[in-house]
Amino acid sequence: MSFLTLDHVTHHYFSKNGYTKALEDISLSVGEGEFIALLGPSGCGKSTILSIIAGIMKQTKGSVLLQNEAITDSELPIGYMLQQDYLFPWKTIIDNVLIGPKIYKKEAPAVKEKALELLDEVGLAHVSDAYPDALSGGMRQRAALVRTLINDPKILLLDEPFSALDYQTKLKLEDLVSQLLKTYYKTTVLVTHDIGEAIAMSDRIFIMNADPGSIAKVFEVPVELRNETPFLVRRHPKYQIIFDKIWKELDERAPDSEGAEAT
Amino acid sequence: MKAKSDQHLFEAYKNSLKREKRIVISWQLSILIIFFVLWEIASKFYWIDPLLFSSPSRVGNVLVEKFADGSMFTHVQVTLFETLLGFLIGTIAGILIASALWSSARFSKIMDPYLVIMNAMPKVALGPIIIVALGPGYISIIAMGAIISVIITTLVVYSAFNEVDPNYEKVLKSFGATRWQCFKEAVFPATLPAMISTLKVNVGLSWVGVIVGEFLVSKQGLGYLIIYGFQVFDFSLVMSSLALIAIFAAIMYKIVEKLEAWLIKHST
Repeated sequence: MSFLTLDHVTHHYFSKNGYTKALEDISLSVGEGEFIALLGPSGCGKSTILSIIAGIMKQTKGSVLLQNEAITDSELPIGYMLQQDYLFPWKTIIDNVLIGPKIYKKEAPAVKEKALELLDEVGLAHVSDAYPDALSGGMRQRAALVRTLINDPKILLLDEPFSALDYQTKLKLEDLVSQLLKTYYKTTVLVTHDIGEAIAMSDRIFIMNADPGSIAKVFEVPVELRNETPFLVRRHPKYQIIFDKIWKELDERAPDSEGAEAT
Repeated sequence: MKAKSDQHLFEAYKNSLKREKRIVISWQLSILIIFFVLWEIASKFYWIDPLLFSSPSRVGNVLVEKFADGSMFTHVQVTLFETLLGFLIGTIAGILIASALWSSARFSKIMDPYLVIMNAMPKVALGPIIIVALGPGYISIIAMGAIISVIITTLVVYSAFNEVDPNYEKVLKSFGATRWQCFKEAVFPATLPAMISTLKVNVGLSWVGVIVGEFLVSKQGLGYLIIYGFQVFDFSLVMSSLALIAIFAAIMYKIVEKLEAWLIKHST
């Protein structure tokens, strides 16, 4: 049964001088524990989809169901990770992590213990009382991950969370995130423009068109790749095959060939 | 051997810093001394009219005399009290109004033209009306000290609220935070440095408001002494009040600066 369903979702951005259609007729469903990736050029509305799923924005048409409940009525916690960590610089790491429970009014010694455990799991236990500016980019993004996981979200939305990191840190973090999500059996939607990252991490890849954002094609990641860590996926013989397929698909939609299509 | 030469270079660097500091301070002192000496000489030899421009020795005499009989303490106290209160009320009210504007986009749109008018308005021109409304006393003068800084505080703090990175709110909203929670957890703390820097501006403004208020109505305070000295043509009194205002305004500014450094250190 589908865990998250988007049914003919369309979204417009209105301004004084008119409107832009950011999304058109997006329909997709994600099973529980599944990891999907939305892959496409910038400006194809990937982040808009995440904002709608998170309930921060309301789509202009269509419906979004999480466990068969409209997203706005749902009380399920949602985990949202952005390109940057957006840790609050005036709070210590542990206080940053506990901001979610504070808002849900579920602050308890047990929650703090769980937070420390999670921090330990991502290798940040020793800096729990430090301020974010004392940490490196990779450490900060790990802290941000713990901040979302502490609320036990039913679904995780990752908005290019690795794009601001250097390559080595990014690969390491991919492995960590992937392992954590498998352990806790989280349903995840990843937005990215990195083909390799999409293949390495997800089970299914949705290729998106821009102007207006819509789903162009869906790729299934081969089963052999799904159970490997992202680092090992990149060395798997089948990796290059699917990479080439997606590359070709995206290349045909590249902006420089768009003019020819329009005529 | 190598460590020794490193240490040596470091010592040389420290010495050059010390030397630079000594040069700056000696220039600063020289300017001060030259100014007072020239003033004294110019007054003594009638290059300037001593009746109008007084002289450092006369100003000194007035200060000693007035502090000795205790009357100056009262004046200083009154003015400091009014300025401090005006400054606090103006700043806090400004931050509260800015928060109200932030809480409702519609309210802020409605208030926009009124804020523009009130900001453009020279606040001291409201003096007579405030005195009529609040009576000739402390309250009017404190109100002057406050009103002169409240609108500018509102505008500066409100625009700082709006410049907070919306992604901080996005993070909190994904946890289901209400608008008030977003304000308390993200917007307000993120704006603290901006608020503190308005404090520095407000200190100066409150002095203006209070001195003008004392010009208009009062029987005590440094502003009153200036106006009184002017009316009885006692310019030594005017000058000594001015000197005290300069000293206390500078002290207040320095305190706020220290407070700023402390708050920034402990809030971020």
